[in-house]
Amino acid sequence: MRGATATRWAACVTAVALAATGCGGGSDSAGASGAVLSSSWTDPQNPLEPANTNEVQGGKVLSMIFRGLKQYDPRTGEAKNMLAERIETSDSRRYTVTLKDGWTFSDGEKVTAKSFVDAWNYGASLRNNQKNAYFFSYIEGYDKVHPARGEQSAETMSGLRTVDDRTFTVTLSQKFSGFPDTLGYNAFVPLPRAFYDDRAGWLAKPVGNGPYTVESYTKGSEMRLTKWGDYPGPDAARNDGVTLKVYTDNNTAYTDLMAGNLDLVDDVPAQQLKNVRGDLGDRYLNTPAGIIQTLAFPYYDKNWNKAGSVKVRQGLSRAIDRRQITETIFQKTRTPATDWTSPVLGAEGGYKAGLCGAWCEYDAAAAKKLIKEGGGLPGGQVKITYNADTGSHKLWVDAVCNSINNALGNDRACVGNPIGTFADFRSKSTTQKLSGPFRAGWQMDYPLTQNFLQPLYYTNASSNDGKWSSPEFDRLVDRANAETDPARSVRMFQQAEEVVRDQMAAIPLWYQNGSAGWSQRLSNVTLNPFSVPVYDQIKVG
Amino acid sequence: MGRYVLRRLVQMVPVFAGATLLIFLMVNVMGDPVAGLCGDRQCDPATAARLRAEFGLDRPVWQQYLTYMGNVFTGDFGTAFNGQKVTELMATAFPVTLRLTIVAVLIEVVVGVTLGVVTGLRRGRPVDTGVLLLTLVVISVPTFVTGLLLQLLLGVEWGWIRPSVSSAAPFGELLLPGLVLASVSLAYVTRLTRTSIAENRRSDYVRTAVAKGLPRRRVVTRHLLRNSLIPVVTFIGADIGFLMGGAIVTERIFNIHGVGFQLYQGILRQNTQTVVGFVTVLVLVFLLCNLVVDLLYAVLDPRIRYA
Repeated sequence: MRGATATRWAACVTAVALAATGCGGGSDSAGASGAVLSSSWTDPQNPLEPANTNEVQGGKVLSMIFRGLKQYDPRTGEAKNMLAERIETSDSRRYTVTLKDGWTFSDGEKVTAKSFVDAWNYGASLRNNQKNAYFFSYIEGYDKVHPARGEQSAETMSGLRTVDDRTFTVTLSQKFSGFPDTLGYNAFVPLPRAFYDDRAGWLAKPVGNGPYTVESYTKGSEMRLTKWGDYPGPDAARNDGVTLKVYTDNNTAYTDLMAGNLDLVDDVPAQQLKNVRGDLGDRYLNTPAGIIQTLAFPYYDKNWNKAGSVKVRQGLSRAIDRRQITETIFQKTRTPATDWTSPVLGAEGGYKAGLCGAWCEYDAAAAKKLIKEGGGLPGGQVKITYNADTGSHKLWVDAVCNSINNALGNDRACVGNPIGTFADFRSKSTTQKLSGPFRAGWQMDYPLTQNFLQPLYYTNASSNDGKWSSPEFDRLVDRANAETDPARSVRMFQQAEEVVRDQMAAIPLWYQNGSAGWSQRLSNVTLNPFSVPVYDQIKVG
Repeated sequence: MGRYVLRRLVQMVPVFAGATLLIFLMVNVMGDPVAGLCGDRQCDPATAARLRAEFGLDRPVWQQYLTYMGNVFTGDFGTAFNGQKVTELMATAFPVTLRLTIVAVLIEVVVGVTLGVVTGLRRGRPVDTGVLLLTLVVISVPTFVTGLLLQLLLGVEWGWIRPSVSSAAPFGELLLPGLVLASVSLAYVTRLTRTSIAENRRSDYVRTAVAKGLPRRRVVTRHLLRNSLIPVVTFIGADIGFLMGGAIVTERIFNIHGVGFQLYQGILRQNTQTVVGFVTVLVLVFLLCNLVVDLLYAVLDPRIRYA
């Protein structure tokens, strides 16, 4: 009797000890599920539909649970066929897509031409409120399903036709030779029937055709993804799963990494950049991403759009000491920009180092002279508008202003103009309510020069908030899009970029890097050109 | 008593309406939330118009407010931009913050009142001076400093606890965040109790109790403490509402997904529905806490009567 009691006590003590280690972080570091890694995340802004996700955090999940026609090579950014066997065209307008055999969704449904066509029609339809609908705007019949105003007059786009289970054709409303390369973007992935049958259920636990499946999703706190054992693609996951944990503050995520509670942080806070080498040694990565920061101008304001304005803008550009700012404030996690694209495109893809030339080099005397020749700063002062809530923008705007003030020898030449929230900042800049330069950040959707130029500088383009317009630029972009030879198309885009330079349509500041830090359990951690970790390649243990 | 409670409840109606209206207007003044939904790109006008219509943003503010209040009374707090019902967000956030508040209030009451009694009875002694100095330090150091410091020491350097709280947020993990959250109020509770005890110690009824030969323990707990607690109870009652809404800093540091987190995110994304919904519930909590405090007065001091 006494013996039995003693054993029970011992068992209890062991159970308590086990439970304690369970609380102490064992559940995610070396749990029973094996090689599962945990990674920092923030709550996605929109429902996790492919055509409705336009920010990195939601995109992170989509890139794990979906595969599209093309997949961007994590290292080079080159668009390679994934589900597509071939995409053929003779005129850069009519494309025939043939799918590979053997792909299924993780619920067993076969991926067919219809899976794509239905998903694209769903994404384009005005009725579905998809924020990425404009990605389908090159396809013929888009204006019928998504008119600028009024009700839609068609259910499906006339440019999409299913030929058989593995073939469909796409007709564009204009020539666009880069179109196949855009198809690696998340908006173009196929959707299973389950999505249309029970949208709410699907959103609670999305089903796709990628290397991971969603095991559980607690909105606002965490998502558990496990490796899909029967994944038919060539890039099967090399770990057993990923747990995405929502952090409100990236400093907490970093602290958790230091304490061994988290395996991967893909956003090292600016305050920690100084210590990160000492803290993590070679478990830290700082690599170029397809992000460029520029200063855009309000061309709807007469003061910024008169005879001498070009010289004023060039002068401002030369008054900014990019090297010093990127080194002292950003600890080299940003690189001074010398063109309007991004190094991740590579020389063949259209990146041309030094295209900006002397206009992007710091020279206080030249800056002073240029601004004087251009008739001085409008109103005697520039106000750089930015949103103060995220991204430590205040730091660099103040530094840029300091640099300008020093160069011009005038303490009041430049001041920052903070706006409380991103939403308010966007609503002011998209409704033409700004009277001075403003922060313009651009993260590429797909690695093409076109994506760095057309949305930002084409007349009335979706992100041309400053309303810059140049017939010469528009003509060159149209020609570049119609050009079938990729090398010639890139050259034409660079000519268009030279127009941007000669007018100094926007002042390029720096290229942004992606950064990541990880625990000792992980190896083979890389970031793709979209600054998202390549989860399927990470090895655990 | 019953009529008093009823009167207080009726008084809450205008306070409630005014508070929600103010919050509603403030969030509205921040500008157009739809513009922030499309990243660094302009939402295409057709989609933006449909989104505005869906969230009712295309109507005048007064109409939006009336519709919103109408829905609130049927239990519908609207939908957040990420497609989740606000009631669903509340169901996940409030239990977490409630647990955090309970931990914080317990620490406040137990530690604060004990320290207050001890120092109040030993006025001028080294214990008293020491605790007074300590509370002074705690009051003057901001919460985020104590929070980050303790997190770094206990979580990273010594490895006693996890630096962040898991999504389930059980009581055990909330001990440290609760302590940090309670620290400033704890200091106030200590000082309030101390002053009150020290004052009442010389009052007639205490002298009578001592003269009757009651044991010291009984004199302190039944007579002295009970009469000295009125200001402390007032403070703690008001503090519960403050702790629930004001935990934004603590919740951020320890990554607790409670009310503070939802409010912060709601404000950043200018999500009227989330912000107004959460603040409305907080206003209710605040009003109810105050009512309970007023009723507790009568329990503590039988001389107080409500008619």
